[in-house]
This record gives sequence, C-alpha cells and structure tokens, in this order.
Amino acid sequence: MINLIMAKIQLNGKKVLIKANISILDLLKKYKLNNKRIAIEHNGKIIPRIICKKKILKNNDKLEIVQFIGGG
Amino acid sequence: MVKLKTDILKIANKKLKSRLIVGTGKYKSFAETAKAIKASGADMVTVAVRRVNILDKKKPILTDYLNPKKIIYLPNTAGCYNSEEALRTLRLAREMGGWKLVKLEVLGDKKTLFPNMIETIKSTKVLTKEGFKVMVYCSDDPILSKKLEDNGAAAIMPLASPIGSGLGLQNKINLSIIIKQTKVPVIVDAGIGTASDACIAMEMGCDGVLINSAIAQSNKPILMAKAFKEAVKSGRNSFLAGRMKKNFFAKASSTFKGLI
Repeated sequence: MINLIMAKIQLNGKKVLIKANISILDLLKKYKLNNKRIAIEHNGKIIPRIICKKKILKNNDKLEIVQFIGGG
Repeated sequence: MVKLKTDILKIANKKLKSRLIVGTGKYKSFAETAKAIKASGADMVTVAVRRVNILDKKKPILTDYLNPKKIIYLPNTAGCYNSEEALRTLRLAREMGGWKLVKLEVLGDKKTLFPNMIETIKSTKVLTKEGFKVMVYCSDDPILSKKLEDNGAAAIMPLASPIGSGLGLQNKINLSIIIKQTKVPVIVDAGIGTASDACIAMEMGCDGVLINSAIAQSNKPILMAKAFKEAVKSGRNSFLAGRMKKNFFAKASSTFKGLI
C-alpha cells in the first residue's frame, strides 16, 4: 500500500523516500535547486533541464545531481 | 614582432587577456577564493564537478561567489581514474551550462597523481569527436604530448612536477621540446611552487600557466595571486623581448673610448 503514495529512490548515493509520481522538477523544487546551476543524471542518463518536468520518478530510480565546486 | 596590446592567449575559440589560469580549490573560504582570483587578474578558473549536498540547502556554493558569466569556468575531471569517469564528468559539466572547453585529467596513481596517459589519449579522442575542446593535463613526455595534439587536444598541459607538490619545474629539457614542437597552446599545469617558477616557465616560451596550490596554500593567498600575475607578465615580456647572448667572459658595459 505504501508504494502507491511513496517511492524509494537513491539520490546522490543516499536512500531517500519521496512522494510517488513526482517529477524530477518537483524534486529539484523540494531541495531548492531548480534555479541553481546543476546537472542531473537519471538512471545513468543525463537529463536536460527542459525535460525534468516530464520525467516522473519511480521506485528504485537512481538520481545524481551535481554542481561545480572549487578545484584545480 | 608581437604587439603587447594584442598579445592574447587563444585557446579553441576563447580569447584570454591573462596568461595565468587559476584553480579554485584549497582556499579557506569562498570569499578568499573570490578575492585571490580577482587579484590574480585571471580570465579563466578551473572548477570540479561534485554531488550537490542535498542535506544542507542553505550552504553557499561556488557560483554564488564567482559568476560564471563574468569569468570563464573551465570544468575539470579531477579525481577521475579512467576514461569512463572522465567522460561522464565532462558530459555533466557540459549539461550544466554549455561548456565545451574543458580540462581533462585522468589520474593513474593516488600517490603521485601522475596522469594515466593511455586513458588520457583515449578520452581526448572521444571528447574531441563529441565536439568538446579539450585542454589536457599530461606527463612531460614529448612523444605522448604529440599524440594528444594529433588526437585533437586544444591545449597541452604538461606537469612541472606532481600536483600540489610545489616542487617547481623539474624537467626543463622535456618542457622545451614540447614547447618547440607543439602548435596548440602549451600551459604548464601542476607543481609550480612560487612566482619565480611561473616566470621561468613563461620565459621558456610556455603560452600560459595554471596555478592553484601555490596561491591557495601560501601564507597570504591574495598577495601571492598578485605576485603570480606580475611574474607571468614579466616572464612573457622577457620571452617576447628575447634574452641576450650568453658570453664566456666579461664584456664591459661602459665604453673604453674617451677613458681618462
């Protein structure tokens, strides 16, 4: 029953429980990342920002969100 | 004759006024990073790609302090040990803001951080085919650096000595050969310890230098950034001016004519 309302995903290597049927864009908004300079990889595939709205997260999905940090 | 005002460094389609490229790692704070970079006068900074900290939404991030619209970001592949990791990182970097000019470094060993040149050449080939302009961290081997150039590298970046070691230019002979044979820009990357090292590299004819630790880990990073800015300019001017001939014996500077 719980699977209908929640989904378990792996976000940046951590197991996270999210609402079922939300889009990647919804998730970015939840973490206040929608206006940040980031890149997203969904199950090993790079997802352009413009299609984040259409991509619905499913149970066991793997999501990587990266940014620029200081480096040489 | 190179006119000093038009002496710009062109890498792929980017034109840089400063021949000093600086890294953004190892500083005490983002504020210090921003100040040091301003003092260095650099037009281009290297940045790494890492996971967003999802637990701390308010934590400041690099782009809050260094505006990628005002300074050229050069995404790197620091920490990658094979071609797959490096390609994945740079494809993500490109997605982040359309960056096609990137710095490739594929490491071979944790202790020395020397590059794995086999994986580096392989990655350069793939990235160039995908439309990337690749600046490549490499060993100071002239044969391998030529291979990189043949495979489309936009700039050759031989190490002066191991990354973060501060040991300075350890193999000037190889570096000179690379400078002479390479048609794309040669930028010394890694191992520079202090401003005079950068000055010598420029005087030898390098097109630019990339500095991180030598600035970030000095006692006064902002002052050291300024020192590097001046050292790179001096070295470049000295190279353009061309040094005097070396003589075995003394040659008086004052004429003997009219001697009393």
